[in-house]
Amino acid sequence: MKPYIAVFKLRVINGLQYRIAALAGVATQFVWGFMYIMIFEAFYRGFSGTQAISLEQLATYIWLQQAFLYFLYLWLKETEISESITSGSIAYELCRPCGIYGFWFAKLIAHRLSGTLLRCAPILVIAFFLPIPYRLSLPPDPLTFLLFVVTLLLGLIVVISLSMLAYISIFVTMSPIGSFLVFSVVGEFFSGFVLPIPLMPIWLQNIVYLLPFRLSVDLPFRVYSGNIPTNDAIIGILTQIIWIIVLIAVGKFLLTKMLKRVVVQGG
Amino acid sequence: MKLYLRYLEILFKSQLQYRASFMLMTIGQFFIPLVTFASIYLLFEKFGQIDGWSFFEVALCFSIVHISFAISVCFVRGFDNFSKLVVNAGFDRILVRPRNTILQILGSTFEFTRLGRLIQSVIVFIWALFNISIHWNTFKVITLIFMIIGAIFIFSGIFILGASFCFFTIQGLELINIFTDGSREISQFPLSIYKDWVKKFFTFIIPLGVINYIPLMYLLDRGSYNDITSMLTPLIGVLFIIPCLYVWKFGVSKYLSTGS
Repeated sequence: MKPYIAVFKLRVINGLQYRIAALAGVATQFVWGFMYIMIFEAFYRGFSGTQAISLEQLATYIWLQQAFLYFLYLWLKETEISESITSGSIAYELCRPCGIYGFWFAKLIAHRLSGTLLRCAPILVIAFFLPIPYRLSLPPDPLTFLLFVVTLLLGLIVVISLSMLAYISIFVTMSPIGSFLVFSVVGEFFSGFVLPIPLMPIWLQNIVYLLPFRLSVDLPFRVYSGNIPTNDAIIGILTQIIWIIVLIAVGKFLLTKMLKRVVVQGG
Repeated sequence: MKLYLRYLEILFKSQLQYRASFMLMTIGQFFIPLVTFASIYLLFEKFGQIDGWSFFEVALCFSIVHISFAISVCFVRGFDNFSKLVVNAGFDRILVRPRNTILQILGSTFEFTRLGRLIQSVIVFIWALFNISIHWNTFKVITLIFMIIGAIFIFSGIFILGASFCFFTIQGLELINIFTDGSREISQFPLSIYKDWVKKFFTFIIPLGVINYIPLMYLLDRGSYNDITSMLTPLIGVLFIIPCLYVWKFGVSKYLSTGS
């Protein structure tokens, strides 16, 4: 375990260096959050019935999404890993005396964590002080908040075990662009990044609930706003754990299979 | 002009060298806005309308903006990546050549893969047109064409403006994305749905209103408009590029090479 923790620490420190980039990111995400809420506000304005999610809950959902973008965004790519596969420098990594799956896993967690640490605080603080309906509201009770933290962290692991599969697919396609494009376009939609899941039609929701993508974005954010009640949240956590076990098992299996036939070209 | 066509020819050939990657990118560019469009469709299924606008009206607005944006990115991609040229001093080389800087940067890249995006938007455009009842006349057809032209110029102007800032900051600014991608996202919907200050900003500072809200109202016969003036409004968008080019020229005159 120790080498993994060391990699993790090193990466976090490395990631924290890019402060100005993070600041620009915060500004961008802030504008984006504002825009989405404004569009949804316009939709709600002319609508007299009730929706599965209220505008206030939706605003909270959008702010959390913007604040934790770096945490859960599927599009985010660690270029070092994909380059190591296409350039062949993976050979060095294979020489290291620790499992490559765990090594990459630690690297990816750190990459996302350092990015988020810099970005989330300013967005969350400002969003707390906005006027209603733009405000980020507090969770209804402490238990909900606790559940939110648990689902968020497990959600991060789900995202990473999913993206590990995308990295592994580079062994086959040799083109990181293609793998990630398909992966992120599909994943983003099914995780509720583009359109919050309660606003999808029922037939689509049924599909979405069968897939693991929603466990990363949809679940924690709706738990926070109280849109998902406590019982369902606990079921959600169990589902997350089951998916994590399955995804990691599949990922490890595929990786060992790929590594057996890996051909390092050149030197 | 001849030189530009020559640039295009070379770029097209070079991009086709990586055929598989080219196809993948084109297909990907087809799907990215499709996901956005699908979610707009699904939202309308839930809500029925947005602030009085129906789905196909928004679809028309969406497709016009995306068609223009795709065309504009195809051409001015060089400005989008301009910070690289400043950082590695590649701009020095451009300056010493006896040709216009803008022409050379326009010719430095051309994103043929954006055709995927264009095709997707054209499909939406046709679909929307077939489903809206517009009382067509010559003025309205011309207005529609002017809307696209105006929007292309506005988006190109924003890209050039963004690139001009690189002269002062050297580093590319992620903040510029707020204006490039941001104005695309904002103008997907008719501007009337937004708050007042947003409307004002995108009418008087970045004149997206002249290709979005005002001509849309005219096309759909909401309120009474004079044919000729409504038809000409989108062309104000073309004028937007003039101050942008001035900022660019000013930037070039202040350019200090990074040397490397």
